[in-house]
Amino acid sequence: MKYVGKGLPKLDGIRIATGQPVYTEDLTPANTLVVKILRSPHAFARIKTIDTSQAAALEGVACVLTHQDVPKVRFTLAGQSYPEPSPYDRYILDEIVRYVGDEVAIIAAVDEKTAIRAMALVKVDYEVFDPVLDFETAAEHPSVVHPEADLACNIDIGLQQEKNIVCSHINEVGDVEQELAQCDVVVEETYYIQAQAHAMMETYRAVSYLDHTGRLVVTSSTQIPFHVRRQLARALQLPASRIRVIKPRIGGGFGGKQTGCVEVFAALVTQKTGQPAKIVLDRRETFTSTTSRHAMRLKVRIGADKEGFIRALDIEGLSDTGAYGEHAPTVFWVVGEKTLPLYNKTRAVRYHGQVVYTNKMPAGALRGYGATQGTFALECAVNKLAEKLNLDPAELRLKNLIKEGETALAYHGKRLGSSTLHQCIEKGKELIGWQEKYPRKEMGNNKVRAVGMAVTMQGSGIAGIDTASAEIRLNDDGSYTLLLGSTDMGTGSDTILAQMAAEVLETTLDQIVVYAADTDISPFDPGSYASSTTYVTGMAVVKAAQDVKSRIIQQGANFLETTVEEVTFDGQLLHAGDKSMTLEKLAELSILGSGKLQLVGHGTYGSNVSPPPYVAGFAEVEVDQETGKTTLLDYVAVVDCGTVINPTLARIQVEGGIVQGIGLALYEDVKYDTKGTLLTNSFMQYKIPCRKDIGNIRVAFEESHEPTGPFGAKSIGEVVINTPAPAIAHAVYNAVGVSVTKLPITPEKVFMGMQK
Amino acid sequence: MQIETTINGKKITLEVANDELLSDALRAKGYLSIRQGCDTSCCGLCTVWIDGKPTLSCSTLAFRVRDKQITTIEGVAQQAEEFAQVLVAEGAEQCGFCSPGFIMTVLAMKHELKNPTEQEIIHYLTGNLCRCTGYMGQLRAIKKYLGGA
Repeated sequence: MKYVGKGLPKLDGIRIATGQPVYTEDLTPANTLVVKILRSPHAFARIKTIDTSQAAALEGVACVLTHQDVPKVRFTLAGQSYPEPSPYDRYILDEIVRYVGDEVAIIAAVDEKTAIRAMALVKVDYEVFDPVLDFETAAEHPSVVHPEADLACNIDIGLQQEKNIVCSHINEVGDVEQELAQCDVVVEETYYIQAQAHAMMETYRAVSYLDHTGRLVVTSSTQIPFHVRRQLARALQLPASRIRVIKPRIGGGFGGKQTGCVEVFAALVTQKTGQPAKIVLDRRETFTSTTSRHAMRLKVRIGADKEGFIRALDIEGLSDTGAYGEHAPTVFWVVGEKTLPLYNKTRAVRYHGQVVYTNKMPAGALRGYGATQGTFALECAVNKLAEKLNLDPAELRLKNLIKEGETALAYHGKRLGSSTLHQCIEKGKELIGWQEKYPRKEMGNNKVRAVGMAVTMQGSGIAGIDTASAEIRLNDDGSYTLLLGSTDMGTGSDTILAQMAAEVLETTLDQIVVYAADTDISPFDPGSYASSTTYVTGMAVVKAAQDVKSRIIQQGANFLETTVEEVTFDGQLLHAGDKSMTLEKLAELSILGSGKLQLVGHGTYGSNVSPPPYVAGFAEVEVDQETGKTTLLDYVAVVDCGTVINPTLARIQVEGGIVQGIGLALYEDVKYDTKGTLLTNSFMQYKIPCRKDIGNIRVAFEESHEPTGPFGAKSIGEVVINTPAPAIAHAVYNAVGVSVTKLPITPEKVFMGMQK
Repeated sequence: MQIETTINGKKITLEVANDELLSDALRAKGYLSIRQGCDTSCCGLCTVWIDGKPTLSCSTLAFRVRDKQITTIEGVAQQAEEFAQVLVAEGAEQCGFCSPGFIMTVLAMKHELKNPTEQEIIHYLTGNLCRCTGYMGQLRAIKKYLGGA
């Protein structure tokens, strides 16, 4: 293949790297109002009175909007295909505020200073309620976070409002209790995963204005332009046809921008004033008033027979969705979906539990989307089981993991299309030096080195739900325009999709103009999330390219006065016997001349399966026994993402995901005070890894061929974040015998553990 | 107040408020490569050179640059693109939002340190955060760039 499998640079690389004005805020029109949000200082309260008169009277203030100014229609900001599983539980502004940082009033003024001055003039009188801050006791708490009668769900998710339960779930195959009772060895442990922050470098922002026909245009740093359009239509009570959402370049997303955190506030101001408006959240607002990973408690019971076959797995979950239910049920379901099928010698598996509302910042989508939480709990438990069975943890996995062509209880008879996970483990062992290093080595000077491991799976798109379209147009000069609704947030997806199109059309990348995304122009795509773009949108692109290619051949047959069977097309020239025509001439004649038919190829794709990519992760750490400090020396990730479409971009995706996983494992602590204020609200308090914190990272690929994917490809974006936390926890345990079950693995926890 | 300063080699008069940050003043003047990624002076996105030294423009009051030489990435476009070619070949720009500040620091390092070791490179760039790439590809790019320069 000429383009697939090549490590080509990103089409936008040079321009974005050198600081060109191609991001949302750079595209702000002149005379745009600046939008600021007055936020709740209380975790749970009712606005008794709100007086905006002084603020509104200030010179330069365009409007001050409160809960009295918004439609009383509840909606969700979760970027999901309609009907969204997330509950419709929020207004743009509500009389009740449900967490510290919740929106109280929207202020729009000619500049930021004026807006901030006006904010100080808004007088609010609150009736303060007892907040629900501990998710483990939320179901018994006398306060009800969402007592409102108009909260609505599109589907039954097991909501029990009076108990603060947003979702209840059970997935059981076989009789877990009975199988566990028959196991020779059973281990049980409870694990906690924190509410990780996305910390993308470009914070949330959107700019809105009315176009020449009075339609609302919103330019936003979003992963989900079509979902944002639908959200705005509902929230603002406008027909979706009156709204256009444009996505320019995005400064990182990681799932955060799969939730419509800011668009509605700018859009409401434009709707009310007719003027352009922009909202740019600062870093503190991004930490305190958007979304995070769902914090969870996961209790795992896993049982095996004497021979080391895992026979029963039970995971009981409790998830904290915070004040609103964005992605609450789906993230929770994914915990089970991406753990139960891994070890398929089981005779019974179960995943069950609840998601609760609390008076904290809402959780949402974050890279890994439940699989990260599930992987930490399951893989820690598997490592514990290996020790109890006195088996090498790599051997235990090789013996129990699902293989290509096999099924699992949770698959209900469906067979796994592709996997090289066993090879990934073998390769990873070799790269990290498992035989020599496992489990530990004393280094003297109170330092111990040790290795640990974990494996994981994710999905590729959402089976049976996500459907993406692509369009390829042949232009009058013989070049192509590839129209997409997917959203390259820095991953390089625009580039790899163009590589796929170039492969099918046998053309060069410079002959393909990629345009994404704009709801007025792009074909529908749910957006880039759920590891869907390479796999789902990729297949749509392949189909669109095949479609336009067959139309070119048909048109060639017309011009060359022959049948399609006689025509060959090599990407540049069409041949039929001794007659030939260039693509350029064909394009020109089709559009400008006698052909009278502009050629456009369409492709729409949705998959009934979500093929899992896999990673085997290996960590080598050094633990200082005097301080409990863990230093990560080396991390090896061996990845099965099917065919690697672009090895350079895939490698960076892996390295970036591993480092975000290292942050989750070692550094990114989330702390609230007793009144529900987030303390870790800046990069000073919430530590994401810097260059000094990561050690060495090595990446290898073990390609499989996914029969349902484009050129055999699966996904890569999310799966790569899952292994560091359990692998590092394992290595720390092997080093000093301390099992840290509550992330992150801080020196304090390790040190205190060593004193027991 | 009005101050005289030099931006990318051109003397200009800037009208700035007493409390205006250099990062805001530069963006207002059209230097849109300047980005703000935090409120606590620790992400490195807004890095510019003041008299040749990499400096956080978000933590510099605009009036402090009176009679100074300010350089943004727009002012070193050719050098920046030379390094960007190497960076992009590694795929290590990813979302690109932190790249201008990062590149300004890399170019300053190149002027300041002769044959830096890997540890020196990492130390010099510690204040430039990136959430996308995991830093390894950036390190590969810097080594190639310095090796080939």
